[in-house]
Amino acid sequence: MWTILRDLLRHNRGFFAGTCLLGFVLAIAALSFVSPYSPLDSYVVVPDLAPGWPHVLGTTSRGQDVFWLLTFAIRNTLAFGLLVALISRLLSLAIGLVSGYAGGWGDRVLMSINDTFIVIPLFPILVLFYFVMRDRMSWFALAGVMACLGWAYDARLIRSLALSLRTRDFTETGIFSGMSMPRILGEEHLPYVMPIVFSTTMNNINWSIGLEVTLSVLGFTDINTPTIGTMIYWANQHTAMVAGIWWWIAFPVALLVMTFIGLFLLAVSMNEFIDPRSRLGRSRA
Amino acid sequence: MSSYAAYALRRLLQFVLVVFIGINISFVVTHATPIDPVEQSIAAATAFGSTSPEAIAMMRQSLRELYGLEGGLGEQYLSFWKRVVVLDFGPSLSAFPTPVATLIGRALPWTAGLLLVATTLTWVLGNLLGGLAGYFSANRTLRLTGLVVMGLHPIPYYIVALLVLIVFGYVWPVLPITGGAQMNMARGWNLDFVLSVLRHSILPVLSLVLVGLGGWFMGMRSLVSNIVSEDYVVYAELGGVARGRILRSYVMRNALVPQVTGLALSLGGIFNGAIITEQVFGYPGMGALLIDAVHAGDYSLVLGLTSVSIVTVSFAVLLIDLLYPLLDPRVKVG
Repeated sequence: MWTILRDLLRHNRGFFAGTCLLGFVLAIAALSFVSPYSPLDSYVVVPDLAPGWPHVLGTTSRGQDVFWLLTFAIRNTLAFGLLVALISRLLSLAIGLVSGYAGGWGDRVLMSINDTFIVIPLFPILVLFYFVMRDRMSWFALAGVMACLGWAYDARLIRSLALSLRTRDFTETGIFSGMSMPRILGEEHLPYVMPIVFSTTMNNINWSIGLEVTLSVLGFTDINTPTIGTMIYWANQHTAMVAGIWWWIAFPVALLVMTFIGLFLLAVSMNEFIDPRSRLGRSRA
Repeated sequence: MSSYAAYALRRLLQFVLVVFIGINISFVVTHATPIDPVEQSIAAATAFGSTSPEAIAMMRQSLRELYGLEGGLGEQYLSFWKRVVVLDFGPSLSAFPTPVATLIGRALPWTAGLLLVATTLTWVLGNLLGGLAGYFSANRTLRLTGLVVMGLHPIPYYIVALLVLIVFGYVWPVLPITGGAQMNMARGWNLDFVLSVLRHSILPVLSLVLVGLGGWFMGMRSLVSNIVSEDYVVYAELGGVARGRILRSYVMRNALVPQVTGLALSLGGIFNGAIITEQVFGYPGMGALLIDAVHAGDYSLVLGLTSVSIVTVSFAVLLIDLLYPLLDPRVKVG
């Protein structure tokens, strides 16, 4: 495991760049624990200051320090993405493995439902959800709903692996030696699909953060929890771009873009590692 | 039964299932929450100024009827479906008494047009560039293009739209950044109006294309770079078939097949992107309508838009699925 990581860091430029970007973003998030200000307080510093010392990234029109607010925002945003990814991974693993192993009618029914969740436009449903929840909309509720809606694509991927694992000799041996289905899936098949689960985790975090930011910017989430999205929401509410307070929007957006590209690079380089064909393709070119 | 009919029937069943599950999710979401939409609407309507208790009681009664909240859960479920089937979601609350169906009918062409143009452009351009990049893998310009579109790919629609808006709204204001067409202009099929519509659609389309390109580009590039090493391509090269013909008929044609499936699967996501982009550019489509409806507390409009989105997107997917065998004749046999 560690040697694989070391080799990836050494030989894969994408993996290296992704790790650096994410390391930087995580460091910023970690700084939130030593912040001198509470993210919920406003008018604690002089409003509308341009970037300079001691407020390195300036201050907002609500009298908050952009840098320290950003540390909380990125922490919450990352935690949100991680939570959604975690829950939806469990769903997609369970459905993908069972569907691939069971085959036949069970597989057909599960995959029809699966395809449905891939096709349905989720954004209107999330908006509808906010519409009926309104003020009771919490950070956890949103994460739960998004996890329930966002597992389908990866379940299909896992199922296609499980289909081929089903025909391997060790599965037959397991069946004849009396292993139960949960044990075969958990102990024999799970290790084989873990690499692809890791790489889809990165993509899923990207997806959920993207939707969270979009919903927050429109004001369709709990706008009092500081996230990157709600930061942009408040900046828009104070017409920061028109008022020339560009640092209120530019820095959160920049940090967000770094997060996205970092996660994306990790996912792509992991895929390359998993699928040696694309590695061969690269070396030949 | 011919094999195409069997295939079409399967896709049709899938379409019915998607609509069924989607509408059920909407029903569960609107009915399983602790908040009563009727009380919400009344609170929103009476927030400013005082209203007599009798008027509120009357309003409550008529709203309950409008929203189909009368009777038991089973009755509500049936009336919910009836509304979806006949596309009658009652009058809109924020634009009373215009029916919701009229409002949606007005917005739908804008969204459909934007989506059609942007998706077609993105798909064609992404596949073309990706195919070329996979075939001429040593070309520097194509490699650089790949780097740029892949860098834009993971960024959400909202952020890219915002960046495009800032660049073309503040830094270099050459294009209209808001609305679907010039305000004070006669609407109709005359040249000025059509040109105005086109000019207004450039930025929304641009931001949709920028985000979408990367996915098709990467997919196509890796497909093509796998196909290039197949025996039949090597054989064609040895046999002296012209390179352009190899690329077009031997490589691209085969690589396009999974990309069409991909298009059907990603349509829902593209639709999400389009309605967000509309909001950023104040485009008069379904996205802007949806967000305005939420802010105005217009329950029937939100519900109508959600249902119509589910039905239209799955219908578009069905269309792609039905056309798919034209591209891949093997489907008929298999």
